[in-house]
Amino acid sequence: MSEWPLWEVFVRPRRGLGHAHVGSLHAPDAEMALRNARDLYTRRQEGVSIWVVPAGSITASSPEEKDSFFDPAGDKVYRHPTFYTLPPEVDHL
Amino acid sequence: MIGSSRADEPGTSEEGSATLSTSPVAAYALALGDDALILGQRLIEWVTHAPELEEEVALANISLDLLGQARTLLTYAGSFDGRDEDALAYRRAPEQFRCVHLVERPNGDFGATVARQLLFSAYQFELYDALTASADPTLAGLAGKAVKEVAYHRDHASLWTLRLGDGTKVSRGRMQDGLAAMWPYADELFAPDPATAGLVGLGAAVDPAALRPAWTRYVESVLAEATLTVPQMTPAPGGGRSGIHTPEFGALLEEMTSLHLEHPGAQW
Repeated sequence: MSEWPLWEVFVRPRRGLGHAHVGSLHAPDAEMALRNARDLYTRRQEGVSIWVVPAGSITASSPEEKDSFFDPAGDKVYRHPTFYTLPPEVDHL
Repeated sequence: MIGSSRADEPGTSEEGSATLSTSPVAAYALALGDDALILGQRLIEWVTHAPELEEEVALANISLDLLGQARTLLTYAGSFDGRDEDALAYRRAPEQFRCVHLVERPNGDFGATVARQLLFSAYQFELYDALTASADPTLAGLAGKAVKEVAYHRDHASLWTLRLGDGTKVSRGRMQDGLAAMWPYADELFAPDPATAGLVGLGAAVDPAALRPAWTRYVESVLAEATLTVPQMTPAPGGGRSGIHTPEFGALLEEMTSLHLEHPGAQW
């Protein structure tokens, strides 16, 4: 029913963290999308910064490519930094 | 959920009382609180009827901000004669309300609602901004919190005025018609209120007439940018601050108080 374009909303919960996707909404333009995002996604102090991105501008990986995209990483445990011996004084790395 | 009604509800003895507190501060808080309460009620009528879901949430949020302001102001007004916010919101006769006529005006189409929001929020912004310096700490505190909310209401109304005014031929026509429907009621916002005029000299209240130049500058700049014409119209007679209301006010009040009348003392 809506003729307004779809926008994806990203909210930064607090300083120091990255913006995370929280949902989407309809709005006639970017400025109104930002206001709508404020009303829909940050009413309970969820964020300190909002990004809105036209949904059409997002290039997404497709489910059919899942095997070639993600499976090859499955057996390459050496990509995880778990093979180093840490000096005992380094506690919280 | 509606709580059980209580037969021994306190405060019912005041029901129908024609006397209002004679304290000017109470009268002032009541007038400002009634403005917020009644506009909040008007805006909530959009819920389930707004043009878009997102816009519905925006209008409901603005309504809830106004309801919050009304609760603080009515609670304060009632504290002078022992009535609570519910007694003032739900158990007064129409002629005991002190709201200006602009906030009672029916929503009309979206253009008319945006016009009313622009005129009222631009006024309320100047009012609360000035009231932050009030000698009355409760009013100053309320104003400090509310001015940020109203800055957003004004921004919301301005953005829509620009988009509708400088939009299509249809949207421009509706926005201009909406302005014409609301414009005559703007004058009353700046009319002196004899009941509270004494507070201005004490630094507790704001002289409404003093808010007009800044209001005019703001509203006219938005209308110019929106390519809309500033209406030249005879002001409506007003009288809301003395308890005279427009014919549509009765139906609004009836709906607003219906649940409370059916379930006295109902709580969420």
